[in-house]
Amino acid sequence: MVHKRIVLHFPHRLVDQPIVYRLTKDYDLQFNILKAYVTPQEEGLMVLELSGKKENFQQGIEYLQSVGVKIQPLSQDIIRNETKCTDCGVCVPICPSGALVMDSHTRKVHFYDNKCIACELCVKICPSRAMEVHF
Amino acid sequence: MRTIKEINEKIKKGQVVAVTAEEIIELVKKKGLKRVASEVDVVTTGTFGPMCSSGVYFNIGHTKPRIKLGGGAVKINDVPCYAGFAAADIYIGATALPDEDPRNKVYPGEFKYGGAHVIQEIVAGKDVRLEASAYGTDCYPRKKLETLLNIKDLNEAVLFNMRNCYQNYNVAVNLSDKIIYTYMGVLKPHMGNANYCSAGQLSPLLKDPYYKTIGIGTKIFLGGGIGFVAWHGTQHNPGVKRKENGIPCLPAGTLAVIGDLKQMKPEWLTGVSMLGYGVTLSVGIGVPIPILNEEILGYVAAGDDQIYTQVVDYSHNYPQGIAGSLGEVSYAQLKSGKITLQGRDVPTGNLSSYSKARSIAEQLKEWINKGDFLLTEPVAALPAYDSGYTFRLLTERPLGQ
Ligand code: SF4
Ligand code: SF4
Repeated sequence: MVHKRIVLHFPHRLVDQPIVYRLTKDYDLQFNILKAYVTPQEEGLMVLELSGKKENFQQGIEYLQSVGVKIQPLSQDIIRNETKCTDCGVCVPICPSGALVMDSHTRKVHFYDNKCIACELCVKICPSRAMEVHF
Repeated sequence: MRTIKEINEKIKKGQVVAVTAEEIIELVKKKGLKRVASEVDVVTTGTFGPMCSSGVYFNIGHTKPRIKLGGGAVKINDVPCYAGFAAADIYIGATALPDEDPRNKVYPGEFKYGGAHVIQEIVAGKDVRLEASAYGTDCYPRKKLETLLNIKDLNEAVLFNMRNCYQNYNVAVNLSDKIIYTYMGVLKPHMGNANYCSAGQLSPLLKDPYYKTIGIGTKIFLGGGIGFVAWHGTQHNPGVKRKENGIPCLPAGTLAVIGDLKQMKPEWLTGVSMLGYGVTLSVGIGVPIPILNEEILGYVAAGDDQIYTQVVDYSHNYPQGIAGSLGEVSYAQLKSGKITLQGRDVPTGNLSSYSKARSIAEQLKEWINKGDFLLTEPVAALPAYDSGYTFRLLTERPLGQ
């Protein structure tokens, strides 16, 4: 079994196509939409949690690429700029996935990027703008 | 028990015992007030958080031919400065914004760059862009100036903050049903989070609640360099309700501080952007507290579980200027990551960095232990608890008629 979170970029022409649905129907993959929106440039952006058998997963990804969807792994999307972060902790209650955690001993904030669902809530609320989006 | 003069003698001889405001709490619990009072000479405090009433004044040096910036218009990196002084003096405030910043027109505004960021870049030794226009006089004929500036070339660069270091602060929550963007951060509806802003048991004025050692002229750690308490801060309000241990349980005293920007460091003076609110400067301050007697040690030994503050609604009460607390909580509760309000658990976040406050207290302790930092006697006291000095709201009087 593979269990991965990925970011899909849909070009404008594919935004209204039932592409994700085919992942379940044709490739027996299960998905969870963590985030979806259409950018001002009318590109569709979707953060998916995708799981299924390894070979199905691979084929599903190939299918997406073949129709023109760009795919990237999630973990590299949100990065904390360590020199900017002051460890204040105001992001901790904002993060919906528990990826930002205050260490009760050191009083420093840990960023567990494997838990991050790239909702980007922290990106704008961090006063030091230490949470950065890297596409 | 001991005087500041005696402490300074010990600092010079390398015999002083300095500990941080955090370490002293455990020490007193273990050994008792009496014994620790005889052993420890100085306790160091620290705080690092957003402090809006901060700014820097410069003297940029006279040009050839001369220009009088006073009465003209000056911008650094597009951020307007105050130029109501003589020819070459200007002041830039932390919250100033470029004219073209959209502010909250696109709500919530991002406030990516402002005075505080300019200050941080200047401290970091980066070149900044000065653009000025003046009206020209017989003695100062020049009308336009555009140049790069660097801190090392300025005659003076002085951090002068009229209100820093609040003695205690509110915890902010949002009782409404929509998200709000405040200087206390983003507040989720229906008390979705509670934000506070204090270093609690490390915070300078909470450890000297009656200002018995901190006064005008007190030498401090300021932005990574040396500064002084210049005055009491604006909105100083010493007469508020206090607990039996003397510690105010709502915002009370404040400090105005001053220091040479050239000695400071960008990691202790950081420009920050509060979504939907504006730009401000996070300032690092550390104040040494001389343990002159057991009473002073008693105040310093108060831990987070003995320091309380009030929870305030920022959706209606605060903006409308309506007083009132939704509850009282201790810093120990706030630091645990959640508080209980109206029977519900509310997660907490701090705008003030406790780990940085701790580093400041450590740094100041090291300076003192190494003999690099002598204490000063205050030259005058801050308005005290019983001075009658208080903070008033504005009584508006309509214009005209
Ligand atoms: S809000 Fe920003 S500066 Fe504060 S702990 Fe989170 S990432 Fe670091
Ligand atoms: S983007 Fe930020 S707030 Fe969202 S899950 Fe990741 S760390 Fe948490």
